[in-house]
Amino acid sequence: MGLALSKLPRLVRRERASMPMMLIAPFAALGLAVLTNLVLYGMLGKNPLIVLHAMLIEPFLSMYSFSEVLLKASPLLLIAQGLAIGFRAKVFNIGAEGQFVLGAIFASAIPVWYPNITGVWVWPLMLLLGALGGLCWASITAFWRVRLNANEILVSLMLSFVAIQVLNYLLLGPWKDPMGFNFPQSVMFPLDAMVPTLIPGTRVNVSLLLALALSVVAWFFVQRSFAGYKLEVGGLAPRAARYAGFSQSKAIWISLLIGGFAAGLAGAAEVAGPVGQLQRSISTGYGYAAIIVAYLGGLHPIGIVLSSFLMATLYIGGDNAMVTAGLPIAAVHVFQGSLLLAYLILATFVRNRLEWPTPHGEQGA
Amino acid sequence: MNAIEFIISGMLAAATPFLLAALGELVAERSGVLNLGVEGMMAFGAALAFIIVYNGGGHILAFLVAGIGGVLLSLLFAFVALGLRANQVATGLAIGILGLGLSAFFGKPYESYTIKGISKISIPVLSDIPVIGGLFSQDIVVWLAILTSAGLWYALTRMKAGLLLRAVGENPKAVNSLGYSVFALRIGAVAFGGLMAGIAGAYASTVYTPLWADGMIAGRGWIAVALVVFGTWMVGRVFLGACLFGAVSLAGIAAQTAGLSIPSQILTSLPYLVTIVVLGIISSNKRLLKLNGIASLGETYK
Repeated sequence: MGLALSKLPRLVRRERASMPMMLIAPFAALGLAVLTNLVLYGMLGKNPLIVLHAMLIEPFLSMYSFSEVLLKASPLLLIAQGLAIGFRAKVFNIGAEGQFVLGAIFASAIPVWYPNITGVWVWPLMLLLGALGGLCWASITAFWRVRLNANEILVSLMLSFVAIQVLNYLLLGPWKDPMGFNFPQSVMFPLDAMVPTLIPGTRVNVSLLLALALSVVAWFFVQRSFAGYKLEVGGLAPRAARYAGFSQSKAIWISLLIGGFAAGLAGAAEVAGPVGQLQRSISTGYGYAAIIVAYLGGLHPIGIVLSSFLMATLYIGGDNAMVTAGLPIAAVHVFQGSLLLAYLILATFVRNRLEWPTPHGEQGA
Repeated sequence: MNAIEFIISGMLAAATPFLLAALGELVAERSGVLNLGVEGMMAFGAALAFIIVYNGGGHILAFLVAGIGGVLLSLLFAFVALGLRANQVATGLAIGILGLGLSAFFGKPYESYTIKGISKISIPVLSDIPVIGGLFSQDIVVWLAILTSAGLWYALTRMKAGLLLRAVGENPKAVNSLGYSVFALRIGAVAFGGLMAGIAGAYASTVYTPLWADGMIAGRGWIAVALVVFGTWMVGRVFLGACLFGAVSLAGIAAQTAGLSIPSQILTSLPYLVTIVVLGIISSNKRLLKLNGIASLGETYK
């Protein structure tokens, strides 16, 4: 084994992180993921070029499909910005999916209980309620982690499975639309319970502006504020942070509450936006896709804006590929997984470089 | 059959997917590597095995291929997380998403198809005991899973290879200075984890519930990861934990046969809720975790 290993190139840590590599990594990862997935489609007898065209080009060919990309981008952007703040502090909230569902449920409470409600304040209140719902759900994880020392990855994920069951319970029972032919869905929301449309003729709504505005807030928090700095130190070097008087528990609480708030807001905007009622299908894996968005954006607020649009393109493109190339929708998840993996592979070279063994032996630096 | 007898006779079979996957993850974590891709490796194994059995390949080939599928995904994990020193949490999640995607992708044409499971082997006399007799009538995989647990316990506590594996997790530098390759040992441990997860998935889809449905693993891989923590990285305790979860996952069906009117969603949530509660109880005992925890778990070795 030792002999074989000495012939392989070695990873050597760079003195400082490579800026060009940091910028190239996400794009190279996209290229690598596209390539491997096209080979997979080719093996299954699909024409790779048709799939490629459907997935990455078609979404930009018509105004309507591009507007659908914008629509999909807002929840991903919101959730990923919230998660990234936690990931930077090494708090791994993997349960955004559940927080998203709880946000949708909390927001739906108003139109479900008051189906004839009117007033310009209705949808903003729903969004706020949704954000609080996500925050409450995340606070369970925070409590378990801080007070009971339990792993937040497992707790937040288990809570996502529970959240889906809460949703099922409501839709099959107390919140089922009495006039809905027994379908597991709530009443249709009244007009004032819907987020206003931004671009006429499309489904793009105000939540896109909200997501972009919160991205600016996230940038300020992460790059410019002392609170953001403390949070990051608390996660990266708990001992040093404690020495400096920064609290690790506070870092965990803040990370999870921000993540839950953002995911809950996204869930609320989804039911009060394109969906217009509470349904079982509101949970389509945004919470998991946002993890990839956060990493692909380098956990940086500006990078995340770009990566959320890329991920949204993949969703819309995946739908296209389903129609034009007969590809199962699961292809999108395969692509997502390989994209994150490809990014992790390439991100290695931001901080490391390869050193090939010299012909004389292994006397590398 | 009443509810108690139902749980007693079905508990071990229900526990087997948890047990197999958790034993694999236990070995990987003992070596100091946290692979969170168990759910995805299980799902991938489950899909491969189902496709093979459905197309007439038989259960032995199905388990073999599922195991290989799990190993391949785990080696991909090892390449990125160990070879390239990427964050183990993120890499594990990526493998999880990829595995789930691949299982849905390849399993799509088989949605809601059913196949034939395998027959049970009863231990004479013991299986005729009233009430608990069902415990002694299980399929071959359950018996093999119990034997594997015993073998693994022996290997980890009594054999040089097992002790070496534990040493890698506790103090990789020391093992390196003894002339062993930390990487080789860890890659081996991670591959074993992949093998077991793949087989666990195969059992779930071709024996325990021999039908294909997208998302059928339903968090069992994640519960297996939690089980390793519950069992404080010890084989015997992980075995008991798996039995508990086997019983809990049957409680829903048992309650319905007993005529209790509990919403089915609460019963479906039960394993997840129990995981959350037990995780809180065990983790709050910091001494226990410190005593049994793996010193280098999840850390990058250079």
